Amino acid sequence: MPELIEKLSFYLDFPFVRYAVIVGVLVSLCSSLLGVTLVLKRYSYIGDGLSHVAFGALSIAAVLKITNNMLLILPVTVAVAVLLLCTGKNARIKGDAAIAMVSVGALAIGYLLMNVFSTSANISGDVCTTLFGSTSILTLRAEEVYLCVALSIAVLAVFILFYHKIFAITFDENFAQATGVNTTLFNLLIAVIVAVIIVLAMNLVGALLVSALVVFPSLSAMRVFKSFFAVTVASAIISVVCSLVGIIVAILAGTPVGSTIVAADIVAFGLFYSISLIQGRGV
Amino acid sequence: MNNTTPLIKCRQLTLGYGNKDLVRDLDYDVNVGDYLCIVGRNGSGKTTFLRGIAGLLKPKSGCIELCEGLSRNQIGYLPQMTIVQKDFPASVEEIVLSAFQGKHRLLPFYRKAHRESAMEAMALTRTESLAKSCFRELSGGQKQRVLLARALCAAERLLLLDEPVTGLDPESAETMYHIIENLHQKGMTVVMVTHDVDTALDDATRVLDFNTISVKGK
Repeated sequence: MPELIEKLSFYLDFPFVRYAVIVGVLVSLCSSLLGVTLVLKRYSYIGDGLSHVAFGALSIAAVLKITNNMLLILPVTVAVAVLLLCTGKNARIKGDAAIAMVSVGALAIGYLLMNVFSTSANISGDVCTTLFGSTSILTLRAEEVYLCVALSIAVLAVFILFYHKIFAITFDENFAQATGVNTTLFNLLIAVIVAVIIVLAMNLVGALLVSALVVFPSLSAMRVFKSFFAVTVASAIISVVCSLVGIIVAILAGTPVGSTIVAADIVAFGLFYSISLIQGRGV
Repeated sequence: MNNTTPLIKCRQLTLGYGNKDLVRDLDYDVNVGDYLCIVGRNGSGKTTFLRGIAGLLKPKSGCIELCEGLSRNQIGYLPQMTIVQKDFPASVEEIVLSAFQGKHRLLPFYRKAHRESAMEAMALTRTESLAKSCFRELSGGQKQRVLLARALCAAERLLLLDEPVTGLDPESAETMYHIIENLHQKGMTVVMVTHDVDTALDDATRVLDFNTISVKGK
């Protein structure tokens, strides 16, 4: 045990490890907060769809040799999020089908572009890194960390400021609209911050595992807690703890960061599910 | 108050989804102090009409005018329950308080006055003892009364109810009608869509029958 702690403090002396921890905590915090709303609005899969879109945009950025690829990824993902979340009931192609289409479509086009135009010798390695985030969180540069911190703070501020509005719209959009809440505006706002979170989270766990950060903590919290406020707070705590545990285990055991975090989230879900069974509520 | 002062005017109103018109060229006024019951077959356009008044559906043509200085945030609405709500993790208090969101652009915290009027609404609907309970664990009748309490918090002048007693046992339905009738007595204008014609007609001051309207319209 003392060796483990020594090893950990040895690693924590490296700035890149500290960056990983900071980004990990912030991203998991933001994603879990919005996750509650997305799961309840039956948009659990949007994280997956948007992260694939972000992956597609990333490949385009790579092909075009844009050095600061965030400039392309963020606007594209935000645009798709707005399209998916805000067309809503009047769309010709309904919610889940639209997400499925966009999701696989972007994934396929992204991989295709990377293959055809790639300048790298190790395409499958690159793709694997992007999809599973195997090492990218440990290669963050200082300016990426600053960007992530700034965006996370913005997301948190918006969430806290509009917490009650977000609740009202999640619980009953029709009622909110009928009683004078500008639901279009707030749906737009939710779509934008969801897209920002997804792009940030891609660095942490990779495109394929982003959904896990969005759905697992909130589902765990919903098993046990009975008010929206308690669910939101619990979901944030579960998510941050799981990410920290995941990152530390990954560093110590040398496992991929993203999958280890998700594994921690799954364990937490199992735990909370058992608690709910003991409480005698079941699913 | 004069009983023929219109609160909502509908002129040449056509409402529908896609290519289908459910309400066609309707001229109708809801007056101040009305207890209006809207009846008709499934698919005759009752709920569509109510959604139009609630501002959830834009008229295809014609207009719905809010009169007497009535604004959206003075309207309370009790929609039919959705699947999402049935297993929603929220306390009754949180749900009732959410009614005040339409009255303030920015409201990061609820004030004491909000909490007090929420408690009043819960007392009227006999749900005050449930304030801290979880919505998804309530019975159908309790859920419906909680949603009515929320509608009351939003309703200063007009209450829109979409089949408020559907799926309730006769006793809960009776309680529900009793609460609504009391509100009407206190001066609230009520518009209710219902299948329960007999009971509704006992209390209602006016009836709008969509069966005859759609026949006339064609």
